[in-house]
Amino acid sequence: MAPLLQIEDLHTEIRLRSATVYALDGVSLTVEAGECVGIVGESGCGKTMTALSIMQLLPPGGHITGGQITLGGQVISSLDDNGMRHVRGNEVGMIFQDPMTSLNPTMTIGDQIAETVLLHRGVNKEAGLARAVEVLGLVGMPRPAERIKSYPHQLSGGMRQRVMIAMALACEPKLLIADEPTTALDVTIQKQILELIDDLRKRLGMAVILVTHDLGVIAGRADRAAVMYAGRVVETTSTLRLFGNPRHPYTEALFGALPEKAADSSERLYSIPGLPPDLSSPPPGCKFAPRCRYVQDSCRQTEPALEGNSWDHAYRCFFPVGRIEDGARAAGLTVTEAMPEAGAAAARPDGGNGVLLRADHLVKNFAVTAGAVLQRKIGEVSAVADVSLSIRPGQTFGMVGESGCGKTTVGRLIAGLEKANSGAIMLDGEDLVRLSTRERRQRSQKIQLMFQDSYASMDPRMRVGPILREPLAIHRVGSKREQQAKIAAMLDEVGLPRAAVERYPHEFSGGQRQRLGLARALILSPKLLVADEPVSALDVSIQAQILNLMQDLQQDLGLTYLFISHDLSVVRYLSDTIGVMYLGKMVELGPADDVYFNPVHPYTKGLIDTIPIADPAVERATVQKGVAGELPSAINPPSGCRFRTRCPYAQEICAEEEPPLRPFTAAGHVAACHFPLRQAEAAAAAVAP
Amino acid sequence: MSINTIPPELPDPDNPAASGLATVTHVPQTDEAVATGLLPAGKPRSTFRRGLEVFLENRLAVSGVIIFAFMLLFCFVGPLVYHTNQLRVNFTDEFIPPGGSHLLGTDASGFDVLGRLMIAGQVSLEVGIAAALLATVVGVLWGAVAGYFGGVVDASLMRCVDAMLSIPTLFLAIVVVSLVTPSKPILILVIALTSWLTTSRLVRGEALSLRTRDYVQAMKVMGGGSTRAVLRHIAPNAIGTIMVNATFQVADAIALIVALSYLGLGIRPPQTDWGAMLSDGIQYVNDGYWWLIFPVGFAIVLVITAAIFIGEGLRDAVEVRLQRR
Repeated sequence: MAPLLQIEDLHTEIRLRSATVYALDGVSLTVEAGECVGIVGESGCGKTMTALSIMQLLPPGGHITGGQITLGGQVISSLDDNGMRHVRGNEVGMIFQDPMTSLNPTMTIGDQIAETVLLHRGVNKEAGLARAVEVLGLVGMPRPAERIKSYPHQLSGGMRQRVMIAMALACEPKLLIADEPTTALDVTIQKQILELIDDLRKRLGMAVILVTHDLGVIAGRADRAAVMYAGRVVETTSTLRLFGNPRHPYTEALFGALPEKAADSSERLYSIPGLPPDLSSPPPGCKFAPRCRYVQDSCRQTEPALEGNSWDHAYRCFFPVGRIEDGARAAGLTVTEAMPEAGAAAARPDGGNGVLLRADHLVKNFAVTAGAVLQRKIGEVSAVADVSLSIRPGQTFGMVGESGCGKTTVGRLIAGLEKANSGAIMLDGEDLVRLSTRERRQRSQKIQLMFQDSYASMDPRMRVGPILREPLAIHRVGSKREQQAKIAAMLDEVGLPRAAVERYPHEFSGGQRQRLGLARALILSPKLLVADEPVSALDVSIQAQILNLMQDLQQDLGLTYLFISHDLSVVRYLSDTIGVMYLGKMVELGPADDVYFNPVHPYTKGLIDTIPIADPAVERATVQKGVAGELPSAINPPSGCRFRTRCPYAQEICAEEEPPLRPFTAAGHVAACHFPLRQAEAAAAAVAP
Repeated sequence: MSINTIPPELPDPDNPAASGLATVTHVPQTDEAVATGLLPAGKPRSTFRRGLEVFLENRLAVSGVIIFAFMLLFCFVGPLVYHTNQLRVNFTDEFIPPGGSHLLGTDASGFDVLGRLMIAGQVSLEVGIAAALLATVVGVLWGAVAGYFGGVVDASLMRCVDAMLSIPTLFLAIVVVSLVTPSKPILILVIALTSWLTTSRLVRGEALSLRTRDYVQAMKVMGGGSTRAVLRHIAPNAIGTIMVNATFQVADAIALIVALSYLGLGIRPPQTDWGAMLSDGIQYVNDGYWWLIFPVGFAIVLVITAAIFIGEGLRDAVEVRLQRR
């Protein structure tokens, strides 16, 4: 039987004003009925272009220049717009990354789902709405008959994504293309949505193309996977084999860059040097050659073809890594260069019992106001409620939680961008909360903030030189010559050439900008660096570069980090201490590995279970619960334990009494729960206050 | 190794080894850095240069600049070359059709139309440009104060603007002009008075959004204050939008002064402007004296369109999101 979808030697180009981008160059892919195929790769490698080419929804200037796409025996790549309209939404459904921008804010969700049915099935409005209720029930929307009258803004992000899936499913497509369906969602919601897609695939017998940058997502869900790089499929095989024995150096490098693979922060991550090639003038030969650590001269001249049966294991490489398999040709090279040796990082200086910064009972509420002139206060968002933490010098304090849990607000309180309602932030024997604005500004030398989006945090009209000089100018540090010397030294530290001072921020890549952000934050020689999601906008390989750099700088300069991230595996890799926040509360706090491997609080456990692990065996073997439901509103937080609405162990006492933080080990592992997952050690009782 | 301890006698910054500042890894310098992709190739391009490139690629915008410059030359340099009598009424020369000694003919008072077009244009352009500048300055200050301080200040300042916006522009202008004798300065004031409102709304919105940008936040984390925020970050980043708006203001102001003088509320004779010329010409619309209407009408359309083209081009150049690669 012919496969459901067959893409053969697809070429897609995008014509820009001054150049042509060869977005796809000879992509071949087959999808069988009922199968889940994952497409994985870094941004700009052509994953989304493949999906958009199938739908013929290419951006302006983009068009298919060669190859053929066959869907169920029909060639769809040569269809005109009228013909494609029958395919889109009917035979092929598509889910986009951001459900908010893909839904029409002025239409009820019921009408939007019914619209697809009306277009393709020619039924009347009632039948369309009835179908909408049906598919909404299918995607797990509670009370679908009432919900069809809701507008998109009345739903949460996870629910909106369910609506998008319902729209895609309304006409029972044979193929569902999910383009980064969970990237904009929290991990707990991501797990729910992925499970839903998986479940629907099995029940409805449709095929799924899952486009993602996250290897963990592929591991758990896809039957087969294709790794893309520079507009080509560089490796394709079954998921189990891809993870068990990657043959292409790029695939191997992607695995090496994952922080969860590293035992702890003393182990350096493998980072792929350089950047993906510019696809408007791709280099000759193997496109990965400039970044490959096994590169030979021949790689730079001729490009390897995709060899092997795609059902078996095919890869584009002359010198594949990994084990030789049956039917595969012998690897031409023995790998002499091992993964970069683990950094000589011995145990980090503990700093004794000294504490660099201590936050005591921090509270921050944001007023919710109505009215333009009088600004009546109609409520309060409890963003941070009674959070205490202490950070030791030279160490990294990692803070995790879903979005909206208050972790960023804690970072902004400590960095001085917000003023706490009550509580104290003690640094060098001074309470930063009680200082006047002017005095607080002078202390800003000691605490610096690194932003998630470095590009947005730099004035686009300033060159790098003035950007880096600004903190020095504000605090009047040194003469102009001294400042220049300091900037040059700082650029060396973060691994950027000194000529960068003449450039503008927009000329740099994401990773380089993050280096600039780091340089600017460190130029005042702060004692504490608050890093707010510094790597979450970056690709895995670039993320590894930045994490390694942060490690190096910490060792060289004796820095202390407050590292804020939603990604528990990154936090575990980098941190000595982890604090888990939930809806403004610190629910668990303790040594990184102890928290990660022996969590006490059900929320921490759920959070760990939701992380997609890049290992198909682990990801499929265990039926993990994850965290059900969604984050409640912080305007009216639940009484008692704030987690009780989503907790599987919740009982009456949880609603009535707020659990205090109590110690579980002598090493300072504390958690706030009435029904902890393990009992406190005897020794812990002794240190209890 | 720490950068905290830069020695007071500064070593050669080009020689990290001598300064005792060991680099973590070898960092390629300029040429090598460009070759290995660490630095972007080509000359560093500022946002201004990128904007200029986009502007120059826009043919309409460039032709707008050329037309506008030509009209300025025509009105202000033209009379120095093309001498005509525009003071003494000469009824023997009335309604001479174009050609010969009078390229665009003469009007009811025997004035040369081409020469009159020049001196009338001086008034229209002067008043239009000056009024637009004044309106921009007032609007920017008003809007920036409202947007940056926010809260009650914002609310009260913007409600004033809303109230003024509810009065029809032409009506307001007519009332003021009927109270005082119109002269050039008065006309400038009147037109500025009615056109600063949109600017102030625009700038207020810009200030509101710039205030919360990450780079202003970043500067606050560094310890900088409000003055630095406004002077170094907010003002330079708002200037593009303001420039675009000012260009559109010029077009609007010229249209308004033409409308006012057409209604007879503009500049008084013997001075004249394009609106007044048009008004005079309309009286003879049934007599076939087309040269009293078409040249001046064409001049008005040309100047206003040119200003709008320039504004559109500037907007593309300033708006980074509209910049294509």
